[in-house]
Amino acid sequence: MENDRDVVLATRGLTRHYRMGEVTIQALRGVDLELHRSELIVMLGASGSGKSTLLNILGGLDRASSGTVHYGDSDLTHASQRQLTTYRRHHVGFVFQFYNLIASLTARENVAMVTDISRDPLTPEAALSRVGLEGRLDHFPSQLSGGEQQRVAIARAIAKRPSLLLCDEPTGALDSHTGIRVLEVIETLNRESDTTMAIITHNAVIGEMADRVIHLRDGRVEGITVPTRRRRASELQW
Amino acid sequence: MTLILAVTMLDALTRAQARFYASHHFAEVFADITRAPLSLVGRLQRLPGVNLIEARVGGPVRLTVSDFTDPVRGQLVSIPDGRQPTLNRLHLLAGQLPMAGREDQVVASDAFAAAHGLVPGDHVEAIIDGRRTRLTLSGIALSPEFLYQAGPTDLVPDYRRYAILWMNQTSLADAYGMEGAFNQLSLTLQAGADREGVIDALDVALARYGGTGARTRHDQPSHRFLEEELDQQRAQATILPTVFLLVSVFLLHVVMTRLIGTQRRQIALLKAFGYRDSELARHYAGLALLIVLLGWALGVGLGAWSARWMAGLYAEYFRFPEMRFPIPLWALGLSLLLAGLSALAGAGRAVWQAVSAPPAEAMRPPAPRRFRRTWLERSPLRHALGSEGRIVLRHLGRQPAKTALSVTGIALSAGLLMMGAWQIEALDRMLDRQYREILRMDIELTFNNPTPQRALGELRHLPGVLVVEPWRRVPATLIHGHRQYRTALLGLEAIPRLRPIVDAAGTARPLPAEGLVLTRYLGEWLGVEVGDLLEVAIMEGHRRHASLPVAALVDEPVGVGAYLRRERLNRLMREGPAIGGAWLLIDADHREALITALDELPAVASIGVMDEAERGVRRYLDETLQVFALVFVSLAGSIAFGVIYNNARISFAERARELATLLVLGYTRAEVSRILLGEIALLGALAILPGWAFGAGFCALLSEGFSSDLFRIPLLFTPRIFGLSALGVILASGLVGLLMLRRLWRLDQVAVLKAPE
Ligand SMILES: Nc1ncnc2c1ncn2[C@@H]1O[C@H](COP(=O)(O)OP(=O)(O)O)[C@@H](O)[C@H]1O
Ligand SMILES: [Mg+2]
Repeated sequence: MENDRDVVLATRGLTRHYRMGEVTIQALRGVDLELHRSELIVMLGASGSGKSTLLNILGGLDRASSGTVHYGDSDLTHASQRQLTTYRRHHVGFVFQFYNLIASLTARENVAMVTDISRDPLTPEAALSRVGLEGRLDHFPSQLSGGEQQRVAIARAIAKRPSLLLCDEPTGALDSHTGIRVLEVIETLNRESDTTMAIITHNAVIGEMADRVIHLRDGRVEGITVPTRRRRASELQW
Repeated sequence: MTLILAVTMLDALTRAQARFYASHHFAEVFADITRAPLSLVGRLQRLPGVNLIEARVGGPVRLTVSDFTDPVRGQLVSIPDGRQPTLNRLHLLAGQLPMAGREDQVVASDAFAAAHGLVPGDHVEAIIDGRRTRLTLSGIALSPEFLYQAGPTDLVPDYRRYAILWMNQTSLADAYGMEGAFNQLSLTLQAGADREGVIDALDVALARYGGTGARTRHDQPSHRFLEEELDQQRAQATILPTVFLLVSVFLLHVVMTRLIGTQRRQIALLKAFGYRDSELARHYAGLALLIVLLGWALGVGLGAWSARWMAGLYAEYFRFPEMRFPIPLWALGLSLLLAGLSALAGAGRAVWQAVSAPPAEAMRPPAPRRFRRTWLERSPLRHALGSEGRIVLRHLGRQPAKTALSVTGIALSAGLLMMGAWQIEALDRMLDRQYREILRMDIELTFNNPTPQRALGELRHLPGVLVVEPWRRVPATLIHGHRQYRTALLGLEAIPRLRPIVDAAGTARPLPAEGLVLTRYLGEWLGVEVGDLLEVAIMEGHRRHASLPVAALVDEPVGVGAYLRRERLNRLMREGPAIGGAWLLIDADHREALITALDELPAVASIGVMDEAERGVRRYLDETLQVFALVFVSLAGSIAFGVIYNNARISFAERARELATLLVLGYTRAEVSRILLGEIALLGALAILPGWAFGAGFCALLSEGFSSDLFRIPLLFTPRIFGLSALGVILASGLVGLLMLRRLWRLDQVAVLKAPE
C-alpha cells in the first residue's frame, strides 16, 4: 500500500440524502475512499449512482449528511462556507459537462478570472498553451467549438495549479473525436504535474486510461479495479 | 390612479359648486356703487336682459371677538328684514335669520363661527363706520357668494381673522347712513341675454352714482378663486396622467418584450402543434390586458380613496354645504380604455415579433451572443476596471438597445421624481420670493376713504412703528386692443421699500416717473410691450380714461398688478396727495399694543397682518398642492423601483449560471455580488443625467399648465431638486441591490450548473 503522506483526500462512511417532501433519496450510502497524489482516477457508474454527488462533496461544493472528508490534515466535514470557498479557490479545479464559461469574456479573460484570485498561478497564456489553445487567446466562447470551450474550461481549472482536478462528465457533451482530444489534454496535464485528477463518466472505455477505476452503484463503492495496462487516451475508441 | 384621483376631485368640486350655485340663486352680475336711491332699482329692472335684481347695503367692518387679540376684518352684507334674499340665498346651518326689527342680530359665516367656536346667541363687538356696536349671532350660514372667503389682501382664507356677517337691511342702512339707498347690486340674466350689453347698460346707468363697474362672476373673488383651483385641478388631471401613462406604456412594453423573450420556445412549440398566430396573439394580448386590469382596479381603489381624502382637505377652504364623491363613470371608462390601449401598444410589438417568427427559427435558442470590447476598455480606465467591471460593461454593451431601454425607463421615473420635487421646492421658493422680497411690510392698513397724507405722521407715533410707507389703490380696467383686464392701479413711493418692485436679479428698482410697471404675466396677457400705450379706465370717482405708457415689466410670482408712482396716480385722479392705506414695519415686541392702538383708529377699515397671511398661504399649499406632490413623488419612487427591480431580476436570471460558476471557482458571494451591484449602479448612474433632462421637460410642462394670473410657479432648478431625483434613483437602486443580494445568497450553485445551458 502507498504511504499515508501521499493521500490527498480521504472519506469515511460518507452519506448524503436529499429530502424531497415526504421522500428521502439516499444518493450516497457510506463511501470510504482515498485519493492519492498525482493519480488519475476514473469514477464509473450508471446514471443516478451518486457520482456527481460524491464529486461535489469532494470538491467542497456540497456537504455530506454524515461521515467525514479530510483534505490532508484539514477536516472538510465541519468547515464553514467561507473555509470551503477558500478550499475551492486554492486547491480544487472543476470541469463540468457544460463548459460554464463566462460568455462576455475572452478565453484569456476567462482564465484570468481564476489567476486573479489564486496564490501561485500559471499565467493565463501558459495555461491556455498547455491545452493547445495558444492561438485562441482573444476569442470569445461563442467563437470557439465545443471541444475548444471545454479545453478553455480545463485551462481555467488548472491555472491555479490545483491539488485536485475534478471533472464531471467532461466529454458528455462532445462527439467521440473531440472527447478524446479533451482526454488527451487531461492525460498530458496529469503526466506533467502532481495534480490528482478524477474523471466522472458512465463510459467504461474511459476507465482504460486510469490508474484506478472506482465503480459506483446505488451510492456505494462497488469495487476498485486497476487496469492491467493503462492505455493512452489516443488509443481509446467508442 | 392619478387620473382617477385628479378627475374625481375635479368632478366633486365642480358638481358641488354647480349644485350650490343653482339651489341658492347665485347672481351672475355684481356691481358696487357709492350710493344710489332705492328707486333706481325699478328702472334697472326694466333694462333688457335683466331677470332678477336685488339691491343691498354692504361694507367693511372690524370686529373683536372675546379671547382673541388679533384684529378681525369682515364684511357686513344686508338681507331683506327678516327674510332670505332673492339672490345669493343663505344656507342656514344653525339658528335663524335676524328677526325683522332687531338691530343687533346678525348671521355669521360658518367658517368664522367654527374658527372661534361661536354659536347662535353669542356676541361680537363691531366697529361699523367708526361706531362700536355689540352684535348678537342669530344664526350661522353658508353663501354661494362666499364659498371662498379671503380678505381683500389675503391670498387664502384665514377664518379666524375674516368674517362675513349678514344683517337686516334697515339696521345696516341706518348704521352706514344709507337710508333709502343702496351700494351693492346683484342680478341674474334672462336666458340668452347679452351679458356685455347688460353690463354696459348698467355701467352707464350707475356711473353718476359712483359705480365702479359691473362685474361678472369671473371677477367675483370667491367664484374666481374656485375657478382657478379647478383650472389647476384640470391641469393636473391632464398633464400628470398623460406623463404617467406614457411612462407606463413604455414600461409595459419592456416587461412584455422580456417576458415573451423567455417564452420564445413555448410559442414556437405551440405553433408547431398548429396554433394560429392570431390565437397566440390573442393569448398574449389577453395576458397584457389582465395585468392592466389588475393594475387598473388597484389604481381606481387607491385613486378614489385619496381623492376623498384630498377633497376633505379642500373642503376646509371651500365651504360647500355637501360634497359627494361618485367616481365619474366617464373617468372610469376613460382610464380603463387608456390603460388597455397602452397595454396593447406596449405589448403589441413584442407579441408580434414572437408570433411572426417561423416555428423552426423560434425553436432555436436566440442567436449566439456576440461580445465586443467596449470603448471604455480601450481608454486609460481599463486598469481600474477589473474582471467584474469588464463583465458588467460587456453585458450591457452587448445589447445596447435593451440597455438604452432600461436606462430610459429609469430616467423617466427619475424625471417624474424630479417633477414632484420641483413642485414642492418651487412653491416654497415662490412664497419666499413673494413674502421675503416683495411683501416686506409687517402690517397693511387700509383706510375707509382716501385720506390726506398727514395721517402718516399720526401712524409714525404709534408704539412699535418703525417704518411707514403710504400707498393708494384705485380699481381700474386695463385695455389693449380687444383685451381688457380688471385690476387695480397701485400707487407707490418713488423707491418703494416695503413693497419693492424687484427685477429678475432680485434688486429693487425705482419706479419710473411716468408710466406703468406691469407684472410680466399681465403684460403678456394684454399683449403689450415696454413703450406701448395702455388705455386705463379708472373705476372710482369720476370714471376717467387715460393712456399710460408701459415703462417696464416685472416678474412677480403671485398675482398680477399695475404699479405707478403715487403722485402720478393722484394726478390721474385729480386729487391732492391722498393715500388709501399704509404699510408698516413694526417692532415685534410691541405687536399687541400696536394692534390695539390701530383698532382704536376710526379711519382704519382693515388691518392685515402679513406673517399671518403667509402662514395661511403656506398651510393651504401644504395641505393641497403639496399633498398631491407627495403622493406623486411616492408614485414616481415606486415606478423607479419597479423599473430597476424588473431590470435587475431579469439580468439576474440571465446570468445565474455565470454567478454560480464564479462561486464554484472559489469567488466569495461578496465578490460575485459586485457584478450584480455594479450593473445596477451603472444603469442608475447612466439614467441620472437623462432623468434630469426628462424632469426639466416635465417641469416646464407643468409650470406652463399651472400659470395663471393668481400665481406662476417659477421654473427654477435648485441642487435639491436634482438631488432628490438622483437620491430617489439611488435609494431605489440600493433597495433593489439588497433584494438581489438576498437572491444571490440563496442561489444554489450546484443545481444551476447541472442544468444544460
Ligand atoms: N439536488 C438534488 N435533490 C434531490 N435529489 C437529488 C439531487 N441531486 C441528486 N439527486 C438524486 O441523487 C441521486 C444521485 O444523483 P447524482 O449524484 O447526480 O448521480 P449521477 O451523477 O451518478 O448521475 C439521484 O437519484 C438523483 O436523483
Ligand atoms: Mg452526474
